[in-house]
Amino acid sequence: MKRFLLAAAFFGLLVLLWEAVYRAKIWSPVLLPSPGQVVKYLEGAAADGTLWNATVITMRRLLVGYVIGLVLGLPLGLLTARSTVFRDTIGTLALGLQTLPSVCWVPLALLWFGQTEAAMLFVVVMGTLWSVVIATETGVRNVPPIYRRAALTMGSRRLHMWFKVILPAALPFIVSGMKQGWAFAWRSLMAAEIFVTILTGFGLGQLLHYGRELSAMEQVIGIMIVIVVIGLLADKIFFSPVEKFLHRRWGTSQA
Amino acid sequence: MHRAGRHLSSATEELQVIAPSKLAIDKVSKSFQTASGTVLALDRVSLNVAEGEFVCLVGASGCGKTTLLNIIAGLERPDGGTVLADGKPVTGPGRERLVMFQEPALFPWLDVFGNVLFGLKLKPNLTNKDRRDVAKYYLELVGLSRFERANIHELSGGMKQRVSLARALAPNPRVLLMDEPFAALDALTREQLYGDIQEIWKARRKTIVFVTHNVREAACLGDRVLLFSPHPGRIQEEFIVSLPRPRDINSVDLAAYATRITKALKSVGQAEAIAAK
Repeated sequence: MKRFLLAAAFFGLLVLLWEAVYRAKIWSPVLLPSPGQVVKYLEGAAADGTLWNATVITMRRLLVGYVIGLVLGLPLGLLTARSTVFRDTIGTLALGLQTLPSVCWVPLALLWFGQTEAAMLFVVVMGTLWSVVIATETGVRNVPPIYRRAALTMGSRRLHMWFKVILPAALPFIVSGMKQGWAFAWRSLMAAEIFVTILTGFGLGQLLHYGRELSAMEQVIGIMIVIVVIGLLADKIFFSPVEKFLHRRWGTSQA
Repeated sequence: MHRAGRHLSSATEELQVIAPSKLAIDKVSKSFQTASGTVLALDRVSLNVAEGEFVCLVGASGCGKTTLLNIIAGLERPDGGTVLADGKPVTGPGRERLVMFQEPALFPWLDVFGNVLFGLKLKPNLTNKDRRDVAKYYLELVGLSRFERANIHELSGGMKQRVSLARALAPNPRVLLMDEPFAALDALTREQLYGDIQEIWKARRKTIVFVTHNVREAACLGDRVLLFSPHPGRIQEEFIVSLPRPRDINSVDLAAYATRITKALKSVGQAEAIAAK
C-alpha cells in the first residue's frame, strides 16, 4: 500500500509538473497541450470506439507475430545449442540480425508484401525471432552438465530429457529472452504502423502518425500514453508472475 | 511403517523389494587425452562387489576412483574390460545403478518433493499414488518430511545431500554409487550423516560403492576399503574393516584402522613422488 501511494504521488507530481510547464506558456499550446486536453482526446477517442479498435488491431498483430516468433525461435534456439552445423549457420545469422534494428525491415517488407497485414507480421516476427533464438541457445548452453548426468542415471532420455530437464533448466534464460522478444516486437510493430498505412485496419501507430499529420498534439501524446500503459500492463500480467515464480524457485535476487 | 502403507498394497510391495546387485569389474582400463598427453586413469582394474556390500574407494585426487564410479554407472565407457551387474554387461546409465554426486545436482525448477519424484515418474508399473507414497516414505527416511514443498535453494548443504540421497534411493536401485557425497559439508553435519547412512543402509540393503579421499570416513562406512594408487590408476591394497555396526567415526578402534590405511596411502604417495623424479 505504501509503495502504491508513493508511485501514485510520483505520477501525480509528473502531471502537475506538466500542467505547470503548460501554464508557463514556454511552448505554444499546439506543441504542448495540457494534461486536460489529452484526457479529453482520450475520452473522445474511447467514446467513439477509435481507441478500442486501434488497440485491438495492434494487439492482434503483436500477439500473432510474437507467437509466430516464439514458435519458430524456440526450436531454432534448441537446434542451435545442440548442433555445430546450426550454430555456425543459424546461430551466426541470429547474432547478426539481432543487432539489426527491426525498423530496418520495414522497407524490405513493404516491397515484398506491399501494404498488407503480411508486411506488419513479417516485421514483428523479425523483431521477435532472433532474440528468442539467442536466449534459448544461451539458456540451453548454460545448463550444468550434472543435471543431464543425474537425469540419465534415473532413466531420462531424448524427449523426456528435453522437456523435463533441459528446457526447465534453461527457463530463466528463455523467459528473459521472451521478454526481450516482446519488447522488440512492440517496437518493430510501432515502427511498421507509423511507416506503413494499410487499409485493413488502423492500429495505434497509425493513430499516432495521423495525429502528427493533423498537428493534433493531444492525440500524439494521448496515444503515446496508451502505448506505455499497454507495455506496463503486459509486463505486469504476463511476465511479472513468471519472473516471480522463477525468483522464488531458483532463489535468485528478490526485488 | 509410514502412514500411507496400509492403504495401498502396491506401494508397500514396491518398498518391500530389496534386491542388491552383485558387481563384477574385470580389467577395466580408461585413458584421457589432456594438454600434457595421455593419462591412464584406470589400468586393468578388477574388483568384485558382493550383494549388499559397502565398498569404499580411497585415494588421492586424480587417481581414477571417480572414473571407475562413472564407468560402473554407465556414464562413461571403458576403453577395455567389462563391468557386469548381476551377470549382465553395463552398456549405459540406468535406474538400477543410481549415483549420488559430490554436488547435490538437485533440480532447482522442482521443489523437494518433485525432485524425489523425478526418478519414480520414470519407473513404469506404478500408479501415481504409489509414486507419491514411495517418495513420502524416502523423505521420511532421510528426515525431511517437513520440507516436502521447500525450494532447493532454501535448504542447507546437509539437507540438500539428504534430498539427493532420497532421490537416489526412491527408484529402488540395486546399486548406489556415491561420489564424495559429504566432501563439501561441515564436520558436524557429516558425522550425523555417517550415522544416518548406516541406518538407511540397514533398512534398505543396497550394494554401495563409495568414493572418498577421507580415510576415516571410509573406515567408518565400508565393509572393505580399497586403496587406489594414481598414474596409472590401480587398486593398491585392500583392507577389510571388521568392526560392529553402527560405527562411531570417533571410536578408538576405528582410528586404528584409519591409521593403517593412512600409512599405506602415504607410502603410495612417496612411491609416486620417487617415480616422478
